[in-house]
Amino acid sequence: MIKKDLVVIGGGPAGLAAAVKARESGVKDILMIERGSRLGGILNQCIHDGFGLELFKKAYTGPEYASKFIEKVESMKIECLLDSTVSELKPDKTLTVISPKGLLEIKAKAVILTTGCRERTREMIKIPGSRPAGVYTAGCAQNLINLLGYMPGRKIVILGSGDVGLIMARRLTLEGAKVLAVVEIMPYSNGLKRNIVQCLEDFEIPLYLSHTIVEIKGSKRVEAVVIAKVDEKFQSIKGSEKTFECDTLLLSVGLIPENELAEKAGVEIDTVTSGPTVNEFNETSVQGIYSAGNSLQVHDLVDWTCLEAENAGLHAAEYILRFPVSPLSGIRAIGTNGSQSPVSSRRKIEDRKPKTRENLKTRPGNGVRQVVPQYYSGKSDFSISLRVSSPCKNKNIVVSDGSKIVKKVFLRQLNPAEMIRLALTRKEVENTRGLNVHVQD
Amino acid sequence: MSKIDGNLVCIICPNGCRIRVSGSAGSLKVEGHACQKGYEYTVKEVSNPERVITSSVKVTQGEIPLVSVKTKNPVPKTRIKEVMNVIKKARVKAPVEMGDVIIKNVGNTGVDLIATRKVNRK
Repeated sequence: MIKKDLVVIGGGPAGLAAAVKARESGVKDILMIERGSRLGGILNQCIHDGFGLELFKKAYTGPEYASKFIEKVESMKIECLLDSTVSELKPDKTLTVISPKGLLEIKAKAVILTTGCRERTREMIKIPGSRPAGVYTAGCAQNLINLLGYMPGRKIVILGSGDVGLIMARRLTLEGAKVLAVVEIMPYSNGLKRNIVQCLEDFEIPLYLSHTIVEIKGSKRVEAVVIAKVDEKFQSIKGSEKTFECDTLLLSVGLIPENELAEKAGVEIDTVTSGPTVNEFNETSVQGIYSAGNSLQVHDLVDWTCLEAENAGLHAAEYILRFPVSPLSGIRAIGTNGSQSPVSSRRKIEDRKPKTRENLKTRPGNGVRQVVPQYYSGKSDFSISLRVSSPCKNKNIVVSDGSKIVKKVFLRQLNPAEMIRLALTRKEVENTRGLNVHVQD
Repeated sequence: MSKIDGNLVCIICPNGCRIRVSGSAGSLKVEGHACQKGYEYTVKEVSNPERVITSSVKVTQGEIPLVSVKTKNPVPKTRIKEVMNVIKKARVKAPVEMGDVIIKNVGNTGVDLIATRKVNRK
């Protein structure tokens, strides 16, 4: 049995950011396990630019962004196991790993799950019609074009207007394909507004809102897709059908956090986010197992993924090292004489009672679909991430403790596609008994 | 001079500010932008819109078949097609370092095409 202080599962942006932060916070013995042959995860195929505006105040492409973290991981000599899959994680943080070195048994003091997402497939959304070749998920097509150099098709229809779908509409157009339509079942797009502009409007690609695909035609290869308008209950309206002759259908119909390992380890899962429930330290219901990035909740921006992962890295370090670490400097907040420096906003490790999380809850209220973290201690500053249920304008996001309003923030545009982050201070939450987050006029 | 009167969405950052722009070149009225970058984008967008182009170029003798690239600065929107045609024909030999100039003055835009990742030799 190999012993490690910290194992980070997944070498995408979240895993990289978490590992770097844990090392900066004093954890020496870190192992990162990555299924692919290189670090960087999905960023490697996201060759478009616009990453990093929040964190670095500059627009980078995906590979450039990843390299910032990969270089740090390399210079810190953080051990990485590539081409390796974790097949089991137990609640005592024992891992079984299938690796080029053979089957490994690893015992970790703490584990950070940064396993990302999978794309929703045709089977999961049940599109009727035949089963020809030429139906791809948008991310799969992105991999083919950007990493392998293959064009998936020439005449394309895209179902779903998530960001990956929009980005691929532009990418395929630039590479000479004809994107005939982007079809979205909702009355609004699920992508960032700026991607609608720079990926669709720039290239005059039509976006069909409140439409879906009712049939895929073709025997060997996709020959056409039939779309139709849908009513408020998402049922297709007879007589509104429209046929597009095409050879390829791309699906950009959502991402599902990958949490098989977490579930097997007994981690509590939030049915709305499909990710683990966590407290403000990104700790799951199993002590010492942390979760961050897209496997915790689907993010729109990699910067927020990394910030979340850094939080997990920092608190995993605290858990391993058994005393608080300064969140700002990343230097262990302990004086030369062994006394703790005043990191008053943070709990001491001794406060932590095994298996009984401080279970003050955050709850999504009216107009809010999801809130992360789901638990909080009331003893520290923290940020909540939320998504609204439907688009609206000029409303307040209100965080309340049943009786009193803790925080109220006015927003001009509220869009389910755009995650909202609110910072709460210890002072604001310390005497609360649970927080309700809702939309109000 | 032609009158400008319309709405646009700023694409500089994920905020995607909805901007209202009116007037004529030289005396534009811009509303709804949250920052200076949004103002500059709007002025540019109604006169000579520009975009950064990202794509990939074939690599010979590399550990992977493609190197991702971008125009170092934005290029006029009207030139995107020409630039893409040049990028499609390009080949580069490994090793490639991030930031290497792959094509100088791509499509006569005055802007270089640079690598956005590293590709080692096979």
